[in-house]
Amino acid sequence: MATKSLKAKGNELAQSNRQLDILNGGVFADGELPYFKDKINEIGHFPLRPKKLEILQINVGYMCNQVCEHCHVDAGPDRKEIMTRETMQQCLAVIKNTGAHTLDLTGGAPEMNPDFEWFVEEAAKAGIKDFIVRSNLTIIRANKKYYHLPDFFKKHNVHVISSMPHYTRGKTDKQRGDGVFDKSIKALQELNARGYGMPGSDLRLDLVYNPSGAYLPGDQMAMEKDFKKALDEDFGIQFHNLFAITNLPIARFLDYLIASENYEDYMYALVEAYNPSAVANVMCTNTISISWDGWLYDCDFNQMLDLKVASKVKHIKDYNEDLLNDRNIIISQHCYGCTAGAGSSCQGTVA
Amino acid sequence: MADTYYNPKDLRKFGKITEWSEELGTKFFDYYGKVFEEGALSAREKSLIALAVSHVVKCPYCIDAYTKDGLQKGVTKEEMMEAVHVGAAIESGATLVHGVQMMNKYDKLSM
Repeated sequence: MATKSLKAKGNELAQSNRQLDILNGGVFADGELPYFKDKINEIGHFPLRPKKLEILQINVGYMCNQVCEHCHVDAGPDRKEIMTRETMQQCLAVIKNTGAHTLDLTGGAPEMNPDFEWFVEEAAKAGIKDFIVRSNLTIIRANKKYYHLPDFFKKHNVHVISSMPHYTRGKTDKQRGDGVFDKSIKALQELNARGYGMPGSDLRLDLVYNPSGAYLPGDQMAMEKDFKKALDEDFGIQFHNLFAITNLPIARFLDYLIASENYEDYMYALVEAYNPSAVANVMCTNTISISWDGWLYDCDFNQMLDLKVASKVKHIKDYNEDLLNDRNIIISQHCYGCTAGAGSSCQGTVA
Repeated sequence: MADTYYNPKDLRKFGKITEWSEELGTKFFDYYGKVFEEGALSAREKSLIALAVSHVVKCPYCIDAYTKDGLQKGVTKEEMMEAVHVGAAIESGATLVHGVQMMNKYDKLSM
């Protein structure tokens, strides 16, 4: 079980350029596996171009109460990077004028940013229709100061998307830390008690499933069926949808793949599972990712690799949607993760 | 040539079987794919059956493949081990049940 971030440990994989060296070298440089660029070129999708912007994904900080084994953000209690109110105000100015209809708040644990609730309230006033918070669940039970969060979410009709690695205690705690399963169950019951996730309820509660290891997620519908049955039978818990997300070889998951000697096999598995029909709908085509310090990225993964958008506009303070829409999306071999099998995005499968 | 009979990397090459006999190889993979589709049995149940059989036929490639497949389908390690015991029970039962043949033969030959 991880206890510190790669950054705190001084691990070389905390450096984005070292990660990119690995992703661009090895079996790809040897010609054993094809570069992602060449694969999407075969179907006329290179360069990858954005479609209509629909989602602003804002990472309000890397601080988190958990240190999950697979975290591509390398988040944890020792990460102090959080978005300031000044940067949030720059985001709000964009929210008021953009055509994007969805605001997707992520982290770390986004709730740990002291201005989180202020930001949600201001963004609600700015007229965001679909408001997503990616909650790790345990934060709701981590400290009394967070106990009111389910009520706060309900007040603003926030769509809660929560990580849940498995419906059994052992697998969940192994990936996310001892006691995480029980706290997550308690948090889900609290959300259910407020109407979240109940059949027919407008209070949306979706779960996110990441595989706990060096393998790809199974069929999303089948997994959802299993999760629903087990969580209902064992704990009386209801939720709407399960999103199955492929782990991308970045940061802590990349470190795990290399340390466990699974990296090469995993990349083979990703490339073998490459699905051309997933390419058109990858999330970077309708999303802009904004980092805690206001820089713009094609997706949250590119943010962690410090691959800023290929545009004259690179920071939220200079935001210009027309200029941003006229850009090529930056890709590397990690992008195979979003096109494997049924495809993967923050909203689950795409194909 | 490799100096061991089994190389985990060979599993990646399984699809190449079609290269030396495209028609038969393709027919096999079509059949194989169809067998593992969701049907009267769920894909999850089929994966557990495959894992048990993998042990009985002692195929290391199959054990690798269906352990991974089970993980992908959310199968727990307890379920996997129970499946292996089912295979082992049938396999040992199959040996033991031949003991009846031995007993029959013994009785027939004995005065």
